[in-house]
Amino acid sequence: MIRIGAFLVGLFFSGWLIVSFGVGAVAYVSEPPQETAEHAFHLEPKKLSLASDGPMGKFDRQQLQRGFQVYKEVCSACHSMRLVSFRNLAELGYTEDEVKAIAANWPAQTPSIDPATGEATTRKPLPADYIPSPHANETAARAANNNALPPDLSLITKARHGGAPYVYSLLTGYQEPPAELAKRFPDAMPGPGLNYNPYFANLNIAMANPLGSDGIVTYSDGTNATTDQMAKDVSAFLVWTAEPTLEKRHQTGWAVLIFLIIATGLGYMAYRNVWAGVKH
Amino acid sequence: MSFSWAKHYEPKSDLTKWLDQRLPLPRLVYGAIGGGYPVPRNLNYFWNFGVLAGVALVMQIVTGIIMAMHYAPNALVAFDSTEHIMRDVNWGWMLRYAHANGASFFFIVVYIHIFRGLYFSSYKAPREMIWLLGLVIFLLMMATAFMGYVLPWGQMSFWGAKVITGLFGAIPLVGEPIQTWLLGGFAPDNAALNRFFSLHYLLPFVTAGVIILHIWALHIPGSSNPTGVEVKSESDTVPFHPYYTAKDGFGLGVFLILFCSVLFFAPNFLGHADNYIPANPLSTPAHIVPEWYFWPFYAILRAFTFDFFIVPAKLLGVLAMFASILLLFFLPWLDRSPVRSGNYRPLFKIFFGILVADVLLLGYLGGAPAEEPYVMLSQLGSAYYFAHFLIILPIISKIEKPKPLPYSITESVLGKDSSGMAGGPVLQPAE
Repeated sequence: MIRIGAFLVGLFFSGWLIVSFGVGAVAYVSEPPQETAEHAFHLEPKKLSLASDGPMGKFDRQQLQRGFQVYKEVCSACHSMRLVSFRNLAELGYTEDEVKAIAANWPAQTPSIDPATGEATTRKPLPADYIPSPHANETAARAANNNALPPDLSLITKARHGGAPYVYSLLTGYQEPPAELAKRFPDAMPGPGLNYNPYFANLNIAMANPLGSDGIVTYSDGTNATTDQMAKDVSAFLVWTAEPTLEKRHQTGWAVLIFLIIATGLGYMAYRNVWAGVKH
Repeated sequence: MSFSWAKHYEPKSDLTKWLDQRLPLPRLVYGAIGGGYPVPRNLNYFWNFGVLAGVALVMQIVTGIIMAMHYAPNALVAFDSTEHIMRDVNWGWMLRYAHANGASFFFIVVYIHIFRGLYFSSYKAPREMIWLLGLVIFLLMMATAFMGYVLPWGQMSFWGAKVITGLFGAIPLVGEPIQTWLLGGFAPDNAALNRFFSLHYLLPFVTAGVIILHIWALHIPGSSNPTGVEVKSESDTVPFHPYYTAKDGFGLGVFLILFCSVLFFAPNFLGHADNYIPANPLSTPAHIVPEWYFWPFYAILRAFTFDFFIVPAKLLGVLAMFASILLLFFLPWLDRSPVRSGNYRPLFKIFFGILVADVLLLGYLGGAPAEEPYVMLSQLGSAYYFAHFLIILPIISKIEKPKPLPYSITESVLGKDSSGMAGGPVLQPAE
């Protein structure tokens, strides 16, 4: 009885799936799906090699400081960094006084309450504060950016497929739309307020080219601030903001693995020893 | 329980004697995983995975309880409290990565454990109850994992919760009220997050309870073994301790090496980038996919694209997805072959190989976008899945000519068995 019931259920599901497959296959052959503009023009991220890559990866603090400078002087005009506080910057090698100065001179203010009147006001950030957002809220951010919302950058290298190489590719990927795009997919051409970038999922990004020309920032360590260099540095910095504990993770990982390999080796010998007299 | 030659616990010190007369807990442990549990001597490494699953559950409970001390199940702050664990809590990043990857490794281990059971027909008499309880554990795990994935309140948390509870919305007439009732609202929000947290904390302990029943049921007939021939005499077995504690210790080491390699060097490899974006009910991700361990079932769900007369395709997909798991409950009665081990079943072995490839393919397709040719392949893959269990398995178990079985485990190991003669009295497990 169970087997007859099972047979009928199996016949129903499998049969209907085969029928669905047949109908789908006929449609697929007679009307092959049309290629989309994204499919034809979207590019996978370029290669990017950072000091933090791989199981031995460590942060290059000089580079992180340069990347922080790019964030501070360029990105922070529109993008918030709400999960990082100023005190965390000490991990990039800044002294306590430098962190205090960075916080005090930050262009955006921290929301606060006026102690005299109890009314909402703003004050200069302190090292214990999170980095304040350039906009008071989402509506203000959209109003200032042609109705596009600049995403928070704290976790961006973990929140995008492709990670840091994706961010680097996006920042260096601005270009004129290819003539072929206009010919084959006129609808996919960037509209007003949009920019062509083949690394962006739908090819048209609202953000204008932020690192368009060399020398937008002046690095204090003398590094030549080319677009490529700035994009690399800020990508490295955003790896750190997304996971400040990365170095500790790698270091701990090696200690744990070495211990486990020794323990497992001993465990294997114990196992062989226990079973020595027993064929199995 | 177990066999007549099982060793009995003998308390040695005054304290253990005193305890044994009042609360014989050491006796229970000795009989369960100590020298008092005779186990077939010929188990291969696939028999390590039960113990590994138990260890994985304990790791999940320990890391989970500590994280619950720092996590806040409120839609306003859940995402930030998760990042608080990652950034500010001492070793919080390790706890969370261990918990997230621990779930993945729990499923890897359990899937291997289940396929071990399928290949060696561990579900057959007299072990049906172990199999059925195991499936209950599997269902509990799936519910727990699904609700756990909602807790960080990222984009995939939110949209995954919406899609999965939406499955209940496919039930005719009562579907939508049920979905609203499950979520405590019309869309996932604070009410859903709170109850998911509560149940996510509860279900692992329910699972632990069912595991106790699973092991209890196992200790009645004893463990199965790669030959599928039942234990006949003492020479077929060795005591669990020290033989299998030593082997499991080594297996645990290998497991932890693999687990820690991912935990420390690729902790986000098995996750989804979108879950690092805070939940946003107004922005639908391009591709909503559950965690990888649900992909085979997700592929079956999405394989149904055509209505069957009055039954809408969505409902068919939901029914098929639940059926794909529920059919496993009937397996002991679908597979009629008297031979257990796939090693002695040439025809079964071929179809088992196809099934493994099929489930891996479905897993890949479940994670792929819902477009062609993935949908067509999912239809073929799902069709084989149902045909395998419901049609092919009952038929081959009837027409197949198995290879000759060894007389006993001892004979299969040593080439001869001096303790028994073919046709001699067979020792039955004493219960």
